Amino acid sequence: MSSTHFIGAFLAVEMLAAVVLTAHAQERQLTSGAFPLSGYHYMGTQIQELQDDEFLNPGRFAVDHGLELWLESDGSEGLSCHSCHGDASVSMSGVAARYPQFDENRRSLVNLEGRINEMRTEFMKAEPLELESEEMLALAAYLTFQSLGEVMDVDVSGEAARYLEEGREYYMQRRGQLDLACSQCHDERAGMMLRGDRISQGHVNGFPVYRLIWRSMGSRHRMFRWCNWAVRAEPRELGSDEYLSLELYLAWRGRGLNIESPAVRP
Amino acid sequence: MAEFRIRKSVPETVRKGEVFEIKTLVTHPMDNGFMFGRDGKRIPRHIIHRFEAIYNGKTVFGADWHVAVSTNPYISFHALAEESGTIEFRWHDDNGTVHVDSVYIQVI
Ligand code: HEC
Ligand code: HEC
Repeated sequence: MSSTHFIGAFLAVEMLAAVVLTAHAQERQLTSGAFPLSGYHYMGTQIQELQDDEFLNPGRFAVDHGLELWLESDGSEGLSCHSCHGDASVSMSGVAARYPQFDENRRSLVNLEGRINEMRTEFMKAEPLELESEEMLALAAYLTFQSLGEVMDVDVSGEAARYLEEGREYYMQRRGQLDLACSQCHDERAGMMLRGDRISQGHVNGFPVYRLIWRSMGSRHRMFRWCNWAVRAEPRELGSDEYLSLELYLAWRGRGLNIESPAVRP
Repeated sequence: MAEFRIRKSVPETVRKGEVFEIKTLVTHPMDNGFMFGRDGKRIPRHIIHRFEAIYNGKTVFGADWHVAVSTNPYISFHALAEESGTIEFRWHDDNGTVHVDSVYIQVI
């Protein structure tokens, strides 16, 4: 009599507990900073499909444009990227996955955009491309596309270690009128909603990305500026030393994630 | 404004009498005229207001677009395979330009 009741009640409680636990497990999958999870997993299936569809992904226009620029001669030497590097699918495969990196000659960090401009000014004797210009984004997207699916893997040994620490400090530092650190959103609140946006772990494996709210491509540094604005902090300059260190830290923090560029983000 | 870029797709070959899919995607801001820019000024309406597909000289598809069509408009439609030939696409831009491109379709 009462014992069957008791078992019934117990089973019900246990089932409820199971439901709560799986809900928690799912939540934890999206929230835990223990392993990196691409921003891809935090967005709706419609946007995931847009990213996965070769035809529909608007970022692929930038990649096509980048190929044109790769082949185009510019500067007083009459050279193109292709003149020296040939087929990018061979020469540039896996390259973007290793940026930013410490440059021995310059004695500083250099990211992909920095490398592109170095090539243009030093080897081609051409004008540097403006950061965030359509041309720069296209060429960066084209190069990064040659690493699609490759594992992000930056070198943080030797001289780079110092920059990694600087980047980590920037990431952990509270800032802005809202007094929030990057980590407070992207580590502690990943999976939660910020107005209409679901906060992801804030990885850089999708960049250059096509963001629907921007209606255009954007670089990692543009994203950092956007997140600085979000907490009403003073954004740094594109290509600044602080952002380069931050970029290195984020690439290292997301090591093991596959390059997804051109990713599509809300 | 950014260059007008076009992506298009038709099957490589199609059997006579078969219905096949045609897809195009283009880059265009499709500014609806209701948005304000950073400078506080209204961004004037600038859209593609008409799209047409002309198969061996015959218009097989036409659509009038209005301000609710998204940035980078995509369209997919079907046509009946008659003869091998070209399908010409025409995008009528508010700025007066007609962007034209074409694909070859092989009917077997
Ligand atoms: C005159 C020949 C020449 C031209 C032109 C040239 N490069 Fe390079 N590129 C090199 C050489 C040599 C290296 C390796 C040495 C170095 O990094 O300075 C290199 C290295 C690179 C790297 C780094 C590879 C790595 O493993 O880290 C990238 C990326 C790159 N080039 C992209 C480009 C792009 C994009 C263009 C066109 C804008 C271009 N290059 C034009 C000669 C050239
Ligand atoms: C107030 C919360 C908040 C803070 C603080 C914040 N971000 Fe973000 N961040 C967001 C939101 C919201 C998005 C867009 C949705 C998403 O991808 O997380 C975003 C996106 C990103 C992305 C793109 C992720 C992707 O997959 O495309 C990166 C990278 C990023 N943030 C880095 C940073 C860095 C670096 C800082 C510190 C300077 C920072 N964020 C601070 C809320 C925040």
